[in-house]
Amino acid sequence: MKKVLMTYPQNCIACHACESVCSNLYFKVDDPAFSRIRITEAEPEPHMNACNQCGICVQTCPTLALTINSQGVVMLNKNLCISCYMCVASCPTGSMFRHLGGLAPFKCIACGSCTEACPADAISIAETKEI
Amino acid sequence: MTDRKILAEFSYDLKPLEKGYNRRTLYVNVGSKEIKSKPVSDMMIDKFVGGKGFDLYLMWHGVKDDTKWNDPENEICIGFGPLCGNTNYPGSGKSIVTTISPLTGIPVDCNVGGHFGPYAKFSGWDAIEIQGKAEEELIVFIDGDKGSVRILTAPDEEINSHILAEELIKEFADSPDKHQFVSVVSSGKGAEHVPISCLNFSFWDKRRKVARLKQAGRGGTGMVFRDKRIKALVVKFSGLKGDTNHPEDLETLQKTGLKLHREIEEGDSSQCHMREVGTAHLVEIMNDYDLLPIKNFKYGQMDEAKGLASWEFKKLFTQGMPDGCWYGCSLACCKAVDGFIPRSGPYKGKSVLVDGPEYETVGGCGSNLCIWDAKDVVELNFYCDTYGIDTISFGTSCAFAMECYEYGILNKERTGGIDLTWGNADAVFELIHQMARGEGFGVIVGQGVRKMKETFAREYGADPKLLQDMGMEAKGLEYSQYMSKESLAQQGGYTLALKGPQHDEAWLIFMDMVNNHIPTFEDKAEALHYFPMFRTWFGLQGLCKLPWNDIEPANNAETDEPAKVPEHVQNYVDIYTAITGKPLDKHELIRQSERVYNFQKAFCLRMGRGRRIDDVPPYRAVGPVTEEEYLSRAERYDKLLQEKQGIDPAGKSTAEKMALLRAFREDQYQQLIDAVYKRKGWTPEGVPTLEHLKNIGMDLPEVLEVVKRFL
Repeated sequence: MKKVLMTYPQNCIACHACESVCSNLYFKVDDPAFSRIRITEAEPEPHMNACNQCGICVQTCPTLALTINSQGVVMLNKNLCISCYMCVASCPTGSMFRHLGGLAPFKCIACGSCTEACPADAISIAETKEI
Repeated sequence: MTDRKILAEFSYDLKPLEKGYNRRTLYVNVGSKEIKSKPVSDMMIDKFVGGKGFDLYLMWHGVKDDTKWNDPENEICIGFGPLCGNTNYPGSGKSIVTTISPLTGIPVDCNVGGHFGPYAKFSGWDAIEIQGKAEEELIVFIDGDKGSVRILTAPDEEINSHILAEELIKEFADSPDKHQFVSVVSSGKGAEHVPISCLNFSFWDKRRKVARLKQAGRGGTGMVFRDKRIKALVVKFSGLKGDTNHPEDLETLQKTGLKLHREIEEGDSSQCHMREVGTAHLVEIMNDYDLLPIKNFKYGQMDEAKGLASWEFKKLFTQGMPDGCWYGCSLACCKAVDGFIPRSGPYKGKSVLVDGPEYETVGGCGSNLCIWDAKDVVELNFYCDTYGIDTISFGTSCAFAMECYEYGILNKERTGGIDLTWGNADAVFELIHQMARGEGFGVIVGQGVRKMKETFAREYGADPKLLQDMGMEAKGLEYSQYMSKESLAQQGGYTLALKGPQHDEAWLIFMDMVNNHIPTFEDKAEALHYFPMFRTWFGLQGLCKLPWNDIEPANNAETDEPAKVPEHVQNYVDIYTAITGKPLDKHELIRQSERVYNFQKAFCLRMGRGRRIDDVPPYRAVGPVTEEEYLSRAERYDKLLQEKQGIDPAGKSTAEKMALLRAFREDQYQQLIDAVYKRKGWTPEGVPTLEHLKNIGMDLPEVLEVVKRFL
């Protein structure tokens, strides 16, 4: 079983509240560029981008800084990360991020903070066998 | 833990390097036990840049005009360029090793991966210079965490690298979870007896939990190392971060690196398959294009070569690992065979890990010897590495011996009972084990092709002309594993290479022979100027060549100069400036290399080689030596006689046609040399002109003094 952030784009109203909560929680700024979930406004429905915990980045990491925890969530150990960004390049969903001025990449760890802020039931935390 | 005594100790201030430079080099004399720091001047940075440039500068001032490889003053220098060790751009972990070669008598330079270079650099040094000859076995230990360099006794029983490197990593690491922060340079038992030897640079593979090895392979570096009685160099550095080299512009460095990472992600599976099979993907391509060396470079293609195709090695490689030899290399070419069980030698029946094989090893230890079983090549690869033997020189030397056996120059009586018929893998295994034991005919083969030619002519009355024609060496170094007969430009790329015939100066076969992009002498000369200079730059900076043109941007073919991969050239310009803060453009990039390249040329002249007379290839590299070779491509050669020379081949014997072809090809090669020397700013004798040295800013008094002797 893995814990994962599920997205329902058909419900998303592109209010960006999830990005605000996320960036504030982890980077103390209100800036979508620092959010681990990204909303792109598109037709017919917004595109919602968050890590699905597939683990491809774990295979890519040369220092074993990325591991899968007991809940099936991909976690980054910043002490082992050497900022090569091979994980960013290998992520098939584009949900491993780097940011200006920072060293370690960052990703959604399915903490669920954004789900509480979402007014449209477009995000939820689930335990699933499938991506 | 081994009981070691401290023979000498030197403490130094730890300080962060700035913009890629520490501005100091480490000097260790293993004879006198002197250890000291030398400052790096602005002049060194401006004219020599780093890496191979620093190596050659230090070595020039360390040796004398008549220094031989085994003189105490000969040096082993290991340089780390300003871009070395950054974790952001693929292929950035290279060290450059130089020494006066036991094979050639002139400076040899080897570009090698592994973790030693970056860790030594981050420990505070832009280059390491080792001189002297020790009275007892020793280890040099650089502790980059504490700021100390120690010379330690080395009573270790082990010498062979696959064991020694791992033992030392475990001994010097603070704890098992920090094995990755220690790296070891070592050689092996073979290097004590034969000059076709190498150095192994280790890196700890966290997933496989084993020390792996990359080689400073060419020219006998291992024999110099062991002659100095150095068992190992060990470095420890535990503070690696993504910005440890303190670049001027981290953002540009990261963005440029990430751009290439993504390109590799998208392109590797269709362009070069490095992540699946490393450079071994070249085997089937070379065979398809008639360029794979077979039977000592006689032929370039055989059906049997499918036994060595990359898919055969893919079955043996463990997949899905980040197989970079330095962190952040997504090209991940250094493949490994886990759990390999050798069927010969001292490790027979024991499970070992084998790094590679790479293409050169497959060509040298496989096709060139008609050994078509991939596992036999893996075994030779393992023993070459752990004994400290260069797979390229080993393969070419064994191929030469096998051809001599075919012609009856050698026989079982002369080989000590070894049956050197083509394809006899067991015989080749025996040769390498003899090299490690320092006994038997293996030691003769291990002297390399040039010495074998002398020995076989002197001892067995073999025809010196035949030996010269088929012995694939120039300047004393064995050819690497590409057929150059049909590419005039590649003949130049090999034979004009300063250190001896190695493909890392210019690999122009496809440009010349397949794509016909450089048809005139001037075109070829331009390519033989640009590409050696461009590739020299990797050695100045601490970079690998592969990310330059093994992977290409999707639109590369639409650019003005696709062979140069312009977008990647710009990447290098960008990351150089991002790290050093110094402005650079693609023209100054070439001039940086030109200065060091011409310095190396002057160094060769100083040591007694480097003139036109030393740039002569064996005829096997140029055309067919034997009738069977001619006949194997008779249609092609007959057509060339007609079209290029205006000679009707009808009614002529094979011998007559061969003589005509040879006269033409040798003349073409001489015309090529004329054009290349002129383009490089050299006299017809291959000596840099004073005007050229002044123009490129390499008119240092000590250089001019040497060059004037030859003008």
